[in-house]
Amino acid sequence: MEYAIALIVLAVLVAVVVAGPLRRPGEEERRDESRIDELRAAKEAKYREIRDAELDREMGKLSREDWRSVDRDLRGEAITILRELDLLEGRSPETGRPV
Amino acid sequence: MDPSRKRKLRLVVALGVAVCLAAALVYTSFSASSEAAQPSELREGQSYELTGKVVADSVDRDGEGLRFRVRDREGTHSVPVVYAGVVPDPFREGREVIVSGELKQGTFVAERDSLVTKCPSKFTKDEQNS
Amino acid sequence: MAGVGSACLVVGLLTALYAVFASIRGARSGRREWVTSGRRAMYCLAALCVGAFALLEAAFLRSDFSYALVAEGSSTDTPTFYKVTALWATQDGSLLLWATLLSLFSTAVLFFTRRSLRDIAPWATAVLGVVAAFFLLLMVGWENPFDTLAMPPQEGAGLNPLLRHPAMMIHPPMLYTGYVGFAIPFAFAIGALVARQTGADWIRATRRFALIAWTFLGTGIMLGALWSYTELGWGGYWAWDPVENASLMPWLVGTAFLHSIMVQEKRGMLKIWNASLICATFVLALLGTFLVRSGILDSIHAFGASTIGVQMLIFIASVIALSAGLIVARLPDLRSEARLDSLLSREAFFLLNNLVLVGLCLVIMWGTFFPLISEAITGTEATVGPPWFNRLTTPLALVLVLLTGIGPVLAWRRVTPSGLRRVLMVPVAATALVLVGLLAFTNATDSVPSLIMFCFVAFVLSAVAQEFWRGAAARRVMTGESWPRALGRLAGRNRRRYGGFLVHAGIAILFLGVAASSAFLEQRDVRLSPGDTVKVGDYTVTYRNATARLGGDTSGTGAPISLGAVMDVRRGDQTFTLRPSRNYYSTGDPSKGAISRFFEGEATSEVDVRWGARRDFWLAVRPDLVSLEEPIARADRRFADSPGQVQAIVIRTLAELYRQDPPPAAFRAIVSPLVTWIWIGGAIAVLGALVAAWPSPEARLRRVRSLYAARLGRELSRA
Repeated sequence: MEYAIALIVLAVLVAVVVAGPLRRPGEEERRDESRIDELRAAKEAKYREIRDAELDREMGKLSREDWRSVDRDLRGEAITILRELDLLEGRSPETGRPV
Repeated sequence: MDPSRKRKLRLVVALGVAVCLAAALVYTSFSASSEAAQPSELREGQSYELTGKVVADSVDRDGEGLRFRVRDREGTHSVPVVYAGVVPDPFREGREVIVSGELKQGTFVAERDSLVTKCPSKFTKDEQNS
Repeated sequence: MAGVGSACLVVGLLTALYAVFASIRGARSGRREWVTSGRRAMYCLAALCVGAFALLEAAFLRSDFSYALVAEGSSTDTPTFYKVTALWATQDGSLLLWATLLSLFSTAVLFFTRRSLRDIAPWATAVLGVVAAFFLLLMVGWENPFDTLAMPPQEGAGLNPLLRHPAMMIHPPMLYTGYVGFAIPFAFAIGALVARQTGADWIRATRRFALIAWTFLGTGIMLGALWSYTELGWGGYWAWDPVENASLMPWLVGTAFLHSIMVQEKRGMLKIWNASLICATFVLALLGTFLVRSGILDSIHAFGASTIGVQMLIFIASVIALSAGLIVARLPDLRSEARLDSLLSREAFFLLNNLVLVGLCLVIMWGTFFPLISEAITGTEATVGPPWFNRLTTPLALVLVLLTGIGPVLAWRRVTPSGLRRVLMVPVAATALVLVGLLAFTNATDSVPSLIMFCFVAFVLSAVAQEFWRGAAARRVMTGESWPRALGRLAGRNRRRYGGFLVHAGIAILFLGVAASSAFLEQRDVRLSPGDTVKVGDYTVTYRNATARLGGDTSGTGAPISLGAVMDVRRGDQTFTLRPSRNYYSTGDPSKGAISRFFEGEATSEVDVRWGARRDFWLAVRPDLVSLEEPIARADRRFADSPGQVQAIVIRTLAELYRQDPPPAAFRAIVSPLVTWIWIGGAIAVLGALVAAWPSPEARLRRVRSLYAARLGRELSRA
């Protein structure tokens, strides 16, 4: 008896929580800023890589020529990310101003 | 040497080393291993990992060492064991033990500190159910 | 309440299955609401598991013997501390712990990635759901921890006295946390493969989880070794027991994984290798869970044959088959973005370290499963002992420690000869100095492997110190900070890097302890009567008198009787007293007499150790009860039906009899040099791992700052 009641109560509770998003389809899409967040995370990671490469050069872990090419690549990738981020956030890519 | 040939060479060398190491692994393990046996399966002059149960009323302290008999898990065939070294806490008459050593003139001479006792049945589940 | 617990598990199983269904549906159709729903199902699962866990823990705490599990694993006289731990000493309880930890970890990772990895995360959710569903199915179908007894017994069987040790409170949950933690990177790796997103995104998102899992597993292994050293009464910390090996294998492969993902992050290489490594790590973690309870290998840990061995094996086999199949199917997506430029580069040495670690794991695996292998090949079951393991693992461990020192100092891509000279000069000089010192002042030449290990440890420590020093020096040039400040800032800003170096130093120190204590240990087993004296190494040990305590076991394990000895130890001018003892637990065995059951139950050694930075003095006693046999047998006959108080007086009298006139007792005394450094090194490694895993506050801060800076820039330019 106790088992049956608990089973029903718990199942209903879970169903209510789980069905929440399904009752409002589309809301997720609107609220979804995942691309922006993803880009921000990528930007952070890229910055960290740039600084890491700098530290590597200072510590002699990367030769100056290697570092130059690595750094150029990384900065290029970072700029790509920033550009996309600006577009999504509605800023002008050149000036960083809202458009 | 062009790079692709160099890579192939590297791969061959690496695989060769790996094969040699694997062969060494197999060889050493088979030559260093000792066969697991119950008392009725022991033969003279060969090293074994003896498994079985400690015969009731057979444990006898002998100076620094310990003497006891081990019998087949199911059966009555038993062999005397002389052992020196640390005795595991759960060691008791009637319990299952594992000990490595060699059969010399009818007596199993155990290596120092090789005695292992299986955990007591009180704390296992299936024996309680049966 | 048992019904509620069972209901939690059943609903949990359905929830996990729903999470799998909803996530896959969301991933395939691209409809976010299904993905969110699946993620929420995993949150619910965590709540259900925690609920079930709390219910069961409450039953243990109030000693409710209507629960079969409580009656089996606990008793009213078990101390409260150990009532809590008794839950995971049982098979069903440990399954519940597994599922609970998995659901909590999954919830954490899914929460953190809820706005990112939109292609990978749904598939990862599905994988985590499948794993959780499997463990819940085991409980619902075969091993329900909430099984009840129609006739509850008056008293439970009690927790195995061997497990009554503080380390045992945390050792199993630590191991399980480690095992479970590796499920997270595994799930995301599978997700990345399915979604064909084989870049480094999944690694960045789950690297921290892998590191945390690695830390927990390593800590668990260390605590197990400490338990073995202080509780098992044989004086060692590692015995190459199958269950110990089972926990070491995923840790080794996990270590390899943590290194090789750096190569993928930095250079886009080793993608197949990384995916394979994390799958192997997870499979080994499952195998570790399985081996503890399978009973297929003889082990002191084999606490009874399991009833779910077949199910576990089927699951492990399916995980292997499916992940291998998936990797093969995705081979075209896993092509390297770069080539190995030079064999003298950091990535090449990472690869080498990976090979050594995996090789070490394979050796241990071969030895562990050798009984099964030899039975399959030759028809007879045979085993390899610790000497075999020692012989094969020692050279690999030496290479590994050396690589621990070389890896961090090498540059990416390629190292120039002049660069190599620059970074290796100090460590090599330090090593040479240590070697000369060892040869001149110690007997380290008695063991060549240990001598080599000492030198390599010196190499690693000086290499790591040099890295810190150079980094701080470079920082000082730029900022003009003081040395300690520069050092602190340097490590704080590059946690991952300098935390990792700290781990390396800790591991080197750990191996210093292992090498010294295994090669230069002095040990004696003797029988002594009160007044006797024996020499062990430089120590003189005198047996002053016997002790007998009733119910007052100082370590709080609830033992009714402890018999022991007071030992005076002298080394030069230094004297101290050790009090090793042996605890006797009563047995419920009805074939034993009313009094003898107190002496013939379980007994555990309570060793006494004088810890020291240079050496430990370790002492265990095994009292001989031969003089008591006669009186105990008589007491059994005479006081069989006496009331409890009378029996207590009889036992007190018997113990007193032993104290006043003890027969010679067996002692084991060990002088173990530098063994403490194993624990210190382990602690340093854990600290380093925590530093590396800690989220850097400055990244968050800078994000805010950069936003403001950008706005400031905009606003200023507008004016």
